[in-house]
Amino acid sequence: MRLDLPRLEALWLKISIGTLASFLLIIGIMAFGFHLHPASSRYAIDPTRVNETPPFDQPGLYAIGPNEYRAVIIAKLFTFIPSDLTIPKGATVHFMITSPDVIHGLSIPGTNVNIMVIPGQVNTFTYTFKRAGEYLLLCNEYCGAGHQMMMAKWTVKEE
Amino acid sequence: MNRGDDGATIHTAEHEFPLPERRLFLAHFIIAFFALFLGAVAGLLQGISRTGLIVLPAAIGYYQLLTLHGIMLAYVFTTFTIVGFLLLGTAKTTGGTFTPPERRLAWGGYVLMLAGVALDAVAILTNEATVLYTFYPPMRAMPIFYIGVFLVLFGSWLPGGTIFAAYRRWKKAHPDAPSPLFAYMSVATYILWLIATLGVLFELAFMLIPWSLGWMKTINVGAARTFFWFFGHPVVYFWLLPAYIYWYVNIPRMIKGKIFSNLLPRLTFVLFILYSIPVGLHHQFGDPGIEPIWKFIQATLTFFVVIPTLLTAFAVIAMFEEAGRGQGATRPFEWIKKLPWKDARFLAPVVGMLFFIPGGAGGIINASYQLNQVVHNTLWLPGHFHLTLATTVILTYIAITFWAIPSLTGRTYTPQANRAANLVVVLWSTGMLFMSTAMHVLGVLGEPRRTAYTDYAGADVVESWVFWRALMGSGAVFLFLGIVVYLGVIVYLMMYAPQAERVVEFPIGDVRDKAPPPPPILERWGLWVAIVGALILIAYTWPIVELLTQTKNGAPPLRSW
Ligand SMILES: [Cu+2]
Repeated sequence: MRLDLPRLEALWLKISIGTLASFLLIIGIMAFGFHLHPASSRYAIDPTRVNETPPFDQPGLYAIGPNEYRAVIIAKLFTFIPSDLTIPKGATVHFMITSPDVIHGLSIPGTNVNIMVIPGQVNTFTYTFKRAGEYLLLCNEYCGAGHQMMMAKWTVKEE
Repeated sequence: MNRGDDGATIHTAEHEFPLPERRLFLAHFIIAFFALFLGAVAGLLQGISRTGLIVLPAAIGYYQLLTLHGIMLAYVFTTFTIVGFLLLGTAKTTGGTFTPPERRLAWGGYVLMLAGVALDAVAILTNEATVLYTFYPPMRAMPIFYIGVFLVLFGSWLPGGTIFAAYRRWKKAHPDAPSPLFAYMSVATYILWLIATLGVLFELAFMLIPWSLGWMKTINVGAARTFFWFFGHPVVYFWLLPAYIYWYVNIPRMIKGKIFSNLLPRLTFVLFILYSIPVGLHHQFGDPGIEPIWKFIQATLTFFVVIPTLLTAFAVIAMFEEAGRGQGATRPFEWIKKLPWKDARFLAPVVGMLFFIPGGAGGIINASYQLNQVVHNTLWLPGHFHLTLATTVILTYIAITFWAIPSLTGRTYTPQANRAANLVVVLWSTGMLFMSTAMHVLGVLGEPRRTAYTDYAGADVVESWVFWRALMGSGAVFLFLGIVVYLGVIVYLMMYAPQAERVVEFPIGDVRDKAPPPPPILERWGLWVAIVGALILIAYTWPIVELLTQTKNGAPPLRSW
């Protein structure tokens, strides 16, 4: 292709490509160097049988190591089960979450927890609560008339 | 023959277009104005109800308003405006009129789209389709809602046929010349649109419609969402590209300049075709069922849009500078003074371009594979697209109609109309500065989007939202006033402005003499479609196969509103 670009235009194109390259480098290093990925999983579940499918037949918080927990959560119209929990400061929580009805989202303001909850799929994400205090878990995907009431509260206690 | 501004030849008497064309174009713009009004009323009520200071009457549901707002503005207003504008400019640059079959095809599309709008209006206003404009299953609206969306989107294909036919007709008559820039860009925009809508039309025709009719018991939610976002990202470029056309092709004429390059705009549009579609997964970074590597690959492809965007910034500013220097500016930046700042048809898109700087930067943040987690599904997102779509694009569409309507009605865009139009720009940019800034801040503070007013049972974090919510609501009031003044100007231009004494030109710029001709490869559409087809197959085959095969059971329908 014949590109008869004047000098400035060529310079600008180089700047553009350089910008693009630096963006890609940064997200690449963060993803593959620091292993920073968004919530993800490949774990299908029958959405009509969530209540009878382990581990969702017994949602709750399970200790799986020193200050390390698995939180098995059902997001449903218009609540999270379990709803209120207390965990120690510094706890690493592995979220496992699914929905028996429509799409929901779980996010916790002030953290990087932001998980899509899709019926038929189990989603996972890991987060370490380094700050003590009260955390609001809210549904961030429109799910119906009571969507704005869909929430839970977690307390992170000073050890 | 008549002489237009600056002695340009106009091929009709009294009007720029013959009556059948004028009717066709006006019909599109009129529906767009109605949709804009409905969407604006809904937007105002949403904005003020989310402050918590004013409580809506119980009969008006927040989510119903939100659905109306999204459908009317994102699908109806945009599509009708774009089709009207692209038809108008393509007619003008390919000989001044369409052939009768070309016109009939466009009318066919218009009828389908209008039928779709009517079905959707009924479904939404009866509260049987409070599923928002993304209509994620398994929330199930009444079937006519999905059929309506299908008709609007599929109907919009037909005027694309008109544009392709006119383009081909022109090429046949001028085999060795590069095609007119406006027609070329319209063809490119439509190629992007046809490919993009395949995703959502598939979702509607083979998943949502049969499922909402009860012919299928359950639905694969993750797959449906993925087909939606195959369309849901490129749709924003379908909105943006017509604004680029106005910047590249129409503005040069109105500022007494020339189109800077015959190559750059074409290259830009080809790049948009390539990099706007295989990127939808960046709306689903937090979704289960999709391997992270595919999300990452599509994030990478998303970033390529940086190139055509920055090329456009360069070409548009260069065109401004050349126009200013052509009018005697010599000192550095003196050219800025030569530009017609008092003309709203110039001021509006330029203010829109300024808003595109934070808009574009925000877009980079959204597409960033990791940073996205901080903002996903928060108010940051509507804050972002109210800068890009609802400011950059809308302000440009506003300018387009200030040319198109007088040109179609044969009335004068008077100085009084222009003063009111400038007021629209002031109201809109003030309102958006308030509302969008507040939304961005609220998003970072964690307030979710698409959520009715709530204090989350007195959760501490809500306290930090109160001020910004009020600012968001006051922005919505300014924006609504802006729309009221705008529609007032439109009514004036349609019915009350004085009849023009000579042809009211729709400005189409000429390419500057020094610009080299574009390489013919840029008109080899088959090649570009093949490349984008390959990119789509690479980026989407495996995620879709996985979503369709790993499922244990679909989800049954629900009405949760
Ligand atoms: Cu929910």
